[in-house]
Amino acid sequence: MAEPMGFFTDTTVCIGCKACEVACKQWNQLPSANGGVNTLSGDSYDNTRQLDGIHWRHVKFIEQFPEDRKDGRWLLMSDVCKHCVHAGCLEVCPTGAIIRTEFDTVVIQSNACNGCRDCIGACPFGVIEINPVSHTAQKCTLCYDRLQGGLEPACSKACPTKSIQFGTIRELRANSEKRVEQLHEAGENRAYLYGADEKMLGGLNSFYLLVDKPEVYGLPPDPKMPSRNLVPGSISALFGAIMVGLAGIFNFRNRAASKPEEKRP
Amino acid sequence: MNGVPSSTWFTASPHWGWYIASYFFLGGLAGGSYFLAALMDLFGRREDRPLAHIGYYVAFPCVAISGLLLTLDLGKPMRFWHMLIESNTYRPMLKYWSPMSIGSWGLLAFGFFTFASFLGALAEDGRIPWSGLRILRAPAAPGLIVELLGGLAGFYVASYTGVLLAVTNRPIWSDTPLLGMLFVVSAASTSAALMTLVAHRSDLTLPGLADLHRMETWVIALELAVLTAVVISLGRVVSAWLNGWGVLLLIVVAVGMIAPLVLASRRRTSPDASMSTAAVLVLVGGFLLRVVIVFS
Repeated sequence: MAEPMGFFTDTTVCIGCKACEVACKQWNQLPSANGGVNTLSGDSYDNTRQLDGIHWRHVKFIEQFPEDRKDGRWLLMSDVCKHCVHAGCLEVCPTGAIIRTEFDTVVIQSNACNGCRDCIGACPFGVIEINPVSHTAQKCTLCYDRLQGGLEPACSKACPTKSIQFGTIRELRANSEKRVEQLHEAGENRAYLYGADEKMLGGLNSFYLLVDKPEVYGLPPDPKMPSRNLVPGSISALFGAIMVGLAGIFNFRNRAASKPEEKRP
Repeated sequence: MNGVPSSTWFTASPHWGWYIASYFFLGGLAGGSYFLAALMDLFGRREDRPLAHIGYYVAFPCVAISGLLLTLDLGKPMRFWHMLIESNTYRPMLKYWSPMSIGSWGLLAFGFFTFASFLGALAEDGRIPWSGLRILRAPAAPGLIVELLGGLAGFYVASYTGVLLAVTNRPIWSDTPLLGMLFVVSAASTSAALMTLVAHRSDLTLPGLADLHRMETWVIALELAVLTAVVISLGRVVSAWLNGWGVLLLIVVAVGMIAPLVLASRRRTSPDASMSTAAVLVLVGGFLLRVVIVFS
């Protein structure tokens, strides 16, 4: 296995140019929305709105302006699949279509996926959607085909400010920590890393430098694995089954004696 | 997490809709009816065998339609078999920790059991010429095995769907572990209601009918308690139901649970009509309960 690879996205240097979105669409031959007809969101410079089956990169525009417009800032963040070390989508996929690659990334094999959509609800980040052309679930592959050919992913290659950095997780973590230190020294004390260590889902292979709370960026503060509910859910179902079974046996038991009158719960 | 009750708020909907809500209802009916029928065969009176037949006649068609609904819901319906066979290696595909994976096998197995019992019931009723197939009914040994295993598989099919919803990251679904319990109890109430209704319509006067109706009442009360527990266990997440679906849920409680209980308590004054009315209300309520949960 090759060394784990991933992205470090430094949101403080993103300028919202969307070159990553375009490069991703071009390389992965993703269709345009709405048949290519321009649709504007009407309240933001962000017109693609979300990650989904045809948007595997998405630049979020978070506009923080007070009523009087005296102060304010744009938070810009190029969002993408997190390629979680403990991946909820891969965990639930019933067809085996979702795999972990030799680069420790998470890829949906479109020829195996049957479009059951279990992974969509299982992803803690809302990354996956059905691609309307293939009718299968799709998301960022971290350019698996390019990686296999020794190239870097299209988005990071196109990023003009190095907001998106591609490399080995080891390198990226070291760089990102240095960057946080640098920002703290410069007085930006709000800077911190999201998903850079094992605490979050075993580590996100695509992690972020943020300057506000995760939920401001539309990221879950405490993402969890779907399987956390497997044992409690099964026990509750079993308990329900036992209650129904007892109710059944009580009511259908072949009793010679007259039955007690119906119990009021 | 100011303003956001749960990290599940940041996830995307799998767009499970009418096919899935209908499957949850029919799968519950199939599992519940089969289980009740097996229970009557194993614990009940000999005179009640026609009542058990209703359960077997209900279960198999419901499973068959369930399979069809699940296949139609797929983005690629012709790849339905990918749930069972790994399409790149042709090896069996099973993940015991994924409810959808193990549920696919469970539904397949349950399909076989319901088909066997369906044939057994037909043979015993003389509706098919192969009377030898009567061995597929208890107390014959093969029938005993089929009904025991089928009853367990029925329970599994009726309940795993609730666990499947919990094993995601969606609001409500994954914010309580109790949906599996709710679904299995609701499967029992809707199945008892359907069997009561069919028996009533076919003018079967059987001693077991009263037992079935009484069981239906017990289980509706249980269902109301479990639904209350679900709402309590959601905590702040319950705010996700502050919309039309929450209103529909209240209607489900009123029409599908409280009204049948009130009717049952008045049964002594007007017995027959109220039994059918209560059964219809329970069935409508059981379906709408799944609609609320799947769509919200």
